[in-house]
Amino acid sequence: MTVAKPLPHDAAPLHVTGQARYIDDIPVPAGCLHIAFGLSPIAKGRIAAMDLDAVRDAPGVALVLAGTDFEVIPDCSPSAHDEPLLSDGDIHYAGQPLFLVAAESHLAARKAVRRAKLDLIEEPPILTVEEALAANSRFEDGPRIYAKGDVEAALAGAPHVIQGQIEVGGQEHFYLEGQAALALPQEGGDMIVHASTQHPTEIQHKVADALGLPMHAVRVEVRRMGGGFGGKESQGNALAIACALVAARTGRAVTMRYDRDDDFTITGKRHDIRVEYRVGFDDEGRVLGVDFTHALRCGWSMDLSLPVADRAMLHADNAYDLPACRITSHRLKTNHQSATAFRGFGGPQGMVGIERVMDHVAHALGRDPLEVRRVNYYAEAQAESAEASGGSFPAKMKRGPLDTADLAGRGAVAVPQSAGGSQRYGGAHSPVPVPARDGLTPYGMKVEDFILHGLTDRLAASCDYAGRRAAIANWNAANPVLKRGIALTPVKFGISFTLTHLNQAGALVHVYQDGSIQMNHGGTEMGQGLFQKVAQVAASRFGLGMDRVRITATDTGKVPNTSATAASSGSDLNGMAVKAACDEIRGRIAAVVAPELQAGAAEIVFEDGMVRANGAEMPFEDAVKRAYMARVSLSATGFYRTPDLQWDRIAGKGRPFFYFAYGAACSEVVIDTLTGENRILRTDIVHDAGASLNPALDIGQVEGGFVQGAGWLTTEELVWDGKGRLRTHAPSTYKIPACSDRPPVFNVALWDQPNRAETIYRSKAVGEPPFMLGISVLMALSDACAACGPHYPDLQAPATAEAVLAAVDRARGAAP
Amino acid sequence: METRFLLNGEPQVADTGATTTLLDWLREEKRLTGTKEGCNEGDCGACTVMVTDPDGTARALNACILFLPQLDGRAVRTVEGIAGPDGALHPVQQAMIDHHGSQCGFCTPGFVVSMAVAHLNGRQDHDDQLAGNLCRCTGYAPIIRAAEAAVGAPVPDWMRADAKALADPGFIFPQIRTSGGVPPACPTTADELAEWYEAHPDATLIAGATDVGLWVTKGLRDLSPVAFLNQCADLRGIVADDETIHIGAMTSVAELGAFISDRHPSLAELIRRYGSVQVRNAATIGGNIANGSPIGDSPPALIALGASLHLRKGAARRVMALEDFFLDYGKQDREPGEFVEAVSIPVQPDRLACYKLSKRFDQDISAVCGAFSITVTEGKVATARIAFGGMAGTPKRASHVEAALVGQPWNEATIRTAQGEFERDFMPLSDMRASASYRLRAAQGMLMRYFLETQGAAANVLEVRI
Repeated sequence: MTVAKPLPHDAAPLHVTGQARYIDDIPVPAGCLHIAFGLSPIAKGRIAAMDLDAVRDAPGVALVLAGTDFEVIPDCSPSAHDEPLLSDGDIHYAGQPLFLVAAESHLAARKAVRRAKLDLIEEPPILTVEEALAANSRFEDGPRIYAKGDVEAALAGAPHVIQGQIEVGGQEHFYLEGQAALALPQEGGDMIVHASTQHPTEIQHKVADALGLPMHAVRVEVRRMGGGFGGKESQGNALAIACALVAARTGRAVTMRYDRDDDFTITGKRHDIRVEYRVGFDDEGRVLGVDFTHALRCGWSMDLSLPVADRAMLHADNAYDLPACRITSHRLKTNHQSATAFRGFGGPQGMVGIERVMDHVAHALGRDPLEVRRVNYYAEAQAESAEASGGSFPAKMKRGPLDTADLAGRGAVAVPQSAGGSQRYGGAHSPVPVPARDGLTPYGMKVEDFILHGLTDRLAASCDYAGRRAAIANWNAANPVLKRGIALTPVKFGISFTLTHLNQAGALVHVYQDGSIQMNHGGTEMGQGLFQKVAQVAASRFGLGMDRVRITATDTGKVPNTSATAASSGSDLNGMAVKAACDEIRGRIAAVVAPELQAGAAEIVFEDGMVRANGAEMPFEDAVKRAYMARVSLSATGFYRTPDLQWDRIAGKGRPFFYFAYGAACSEVVIDTLTGENRILRTDIVHDAGASLNPALDIGQVEGGFVQGAGWLTTEELVWDGKGRLRTHAPSTYKIPACSDRPPVFNVALWDQPNRAETIYRSKAVGEPPFMLGISVLMALSDACAACGPHYPDLQAPATAEAVLAAVDRARGAAP
Repeated sequence: METRFLLNGEPQVADTGATTTLLDWLREEKRLTGTKEGCNEGDCGACTVMVTDPDGTARALNACILFLPQLDGRAVRTVEGIAGPDGALHPVQQAMIDHHGSQCGFCTPGFVVSMAVAHLNGRQDHDDQLAGNLCRCTGYAPIIRAAEAAVGAPVPDWMRADAKALADPGFIFPQIRTSGGVPPACPTTADELAEWYEAHPDATLIAGATDVGLWVTKGLRDLSPVAFLNQCADLRGIVADDETIHIGAMTSVAELGAFISDRHPSLAELIRRYGSVQVRNAATIGGNIANGSPIGDSPPALIALGASLHLRKGAARRVMALEDFFLDYGKQDREPGEFVEAVSIPVQPDRLACYKLSKRFDQDISAVCGAFSITVTEGKVATARIAFGGMAGTPKRASHVEAALVGQPWNEATIRTAQGEFERDFMPLSDMRASASYRLRAAQGMLMRYFLETQGAAANVLEVRI
């Protein structure tokens, strides 16, 4: 079977020879125009006047458009319809597109943009958490609150109570291929769009909306992205819309790509978060109650901020069974780029909060943080009962009022509803005491597949956690300047879109007369190896080698109504959809050849390129020919919807996740107490990818996710100035990990046990969960800082050298 | 203007403006789209190409900040030319496939070229060779595994073809008349440059273009008139006698790093962290000084070594202490038409320590760069030269700190006293790289590190391994 084989990425030979095509590599028709946006230099205010004459007169310029050129300015938002393509006169952030230029070349467009004379009226922006809270500048009409048990009572009765706060910075995606789109006008006003997007259906919808066309008039194709990480779920809308609009007006092909500085300046990033906490615990470090307050700066528009902030709340427990817990979440509207999806989608931010609590509790008690973590773990799942949940669908789904115009975006039902009032914050108003440590998450979902006890045992043993902790203590005692630290942190990450209806996928599989197969599905390829994993599924279903399966570009004309390739769902959803399509065709072929093989159709197996039953067999392609001659369709669609989901995001109650993915990492670091400089010395990881569809690709996700997560919490610092202008808008100032930043000793293993939930070949989603393994680095740095003095170091993130030095000072009790 | 060079083995004549970048030309004119634009400022390496000089040296360079005239008479090999003429994969390409070194694949062509050049040059310091190539997907581990796996494979013939072709005395670039335009100046000697620049004092001199390149790709500036200095052979190279090391302005940072590693290993280590391979291969010492940046990494070290700067205008030359060249932010003691011809440092026993503080260790711009050269005689500080970048509007000596050290016993108490003098020497800024107070703290910490290292204490996180 081809599943479970560590095959290389399907496009690897194209990658290494430079033949893999990205948007800007596609040959364009003669006369293709190139677009650049003119951006606001101020964070808030009004356009008094824009003199664009010099822009229009610039060499090579074909068309210049501003908001005033539209009766209705096209909208780019995936949620609240609050993102005009070009400013409607109001300015909400420094970097907001004010006008666009279409010119004969990318360079001509960029040069022309700089000729604009802008007369802008500047107003004071809302930038900080404090400013936003003071102004009550927020999305939704108050904080959202999820709660379990009586937190105040738990805190009042706890032997120990501490409080604290951690600020965690945002993160730029820094996909290596910047945002890009290409629009090709067709006859009759139709439009074909090639876009670097994780969400072709969203692009199709937004382009159709902008052109005033039904969705059937727009076809979107995506062969691959040069990285996405969530940054291409909604942030490519503006480029595709702009290209399509200009293409429709001029009849010419139109392309657009952001220069890297523009990409930084225009597009949203990971939400930063401030997590305040009060926690009550016993002498063993068992948490009795914890009260979290999340404050997320969402930027100027809603985008996907509500489900992101929800997911932060949904991961505020991480791996820990919290008897009483309250999470209050403020989604603040500020004059920044609109924060957006980024690998983990809020989960990492929520998880850092509780990991910080564990670290702080352990410090307060003088205990090993791993010990404290473990006493708080959820109970281990009982031995596999092999209960299959498949087929039991549908569970009752609660339906929110849907915005029928925009169903496929993760922000689709995120628009604040005017009705409902305080009932929407039911958690805060009707806390129901829950028995201690009941295995329920703060949102009431029973954790039934918990494997972190066994996984942690294995990791702690393989990395010699205990031995190294002792060795580090000795080393630190002998070294006054350099200090080492170690931490082992777990990850429990919920798998499913929390907007339940998005948990569906379609596929289209063709078997041709020669026995070759073309596979189409709604997922997009951004480097994660989804296409290969799903092709492995298709090849396995037909018992064929990979050479028989052709992977095609994602195309809204082939598979409609796709969800974003996001939430780690790609292979879970599309793998199942492709399997369904393959099995449909397999059944048809089996029915045709059954008489000849003297077997019932159900007895026929597809393996080794043969169709077999009862000792008789024929080559697959012969069986295909017979089906064709018998006038049997060799093309089928497949469809999948995730079962057993039920979620009420307003109440914060239900079962939003099909299952959890798990992992744990142990990192060791060294810091310099003179400058705060720091290095990762070693990282060991055991990660749960279920029964992996492709262990090589999954390990790639684990290694890459870890390094990206570690980067988020160490060197990747976004800096805006006092006027709200992003000062770190290029790789010269914004530092993602480089080669030498990976741990020099880096051991990664898969847990490799089948998923208890009935997923495709019992695999697990693996895109996002490993990102949060990077939290081990932050906690190891905290451990190293704590070795410098008696006080809690209160390390903030990202833990730059400067932040580490400040934490060293605090540990020593020096004035901040 | 016309530029003649080899592209993947084929002679080319490019007819472009003086500041057309190789990247744009490859992608837009030649439709060779394997070379990617990731950042357009020389930081990500997605556009890495291999350039072979007439002397046979093969270097990795960033095509996004490489102007075509810089390539005249050289050979360029892009990712499309890394595989063999018959399509056979280069060993590093096969290793990248086998070891899962690509995910999204966008950075991969740049990595492949960097790896192929390192493989050709026999380099096995993979982290340093690839520090100028950013990958956001893999976490680098599989790429390094691929690089390691390819080490033993023989260099394919075609990777040596460019050097062979350029060395062939019978090889002559084709002469093709093209439309032309106003050609930039391409002087071939310092004398020619001096004469031309004196007559065109408003011109932009282009050495390695690692800084000037951004004036074009990001600033979208028209730099004309320009002069390309890369053919001034007499401005390039290092000559040392018993007393002086004389470094021509067009000496690349990489060349200085290789030369200096025996004499001043700490400067070589600083240079290892200066930009990336691609940047060091292009950037020149003269450029790093002449642009007057307060955060250039070579000036503090050179000042600590007591370097002299050699300026020339026409036939007139003058020499000054390097620190005197930097007058104020954006202002240097350089007259119109005057250029940096060389920098020289006195031969001396090595006591130099350079400390570079940046958010990321490799390929980052310094928040603070400190260079220390202190002599201790009979337990007392005899001389002290200390210079910093990132602490003021210019590279600057810490003269009060130096004064607090000289004549004092070499002990921790002296260091602590001297640390207090930093505030008299520097009033650093807060910016996106660091706050003012942290810069001061870090500078003080560096002085302590220098002291502790002379006492044999472990004080460098880069030296800790488990």
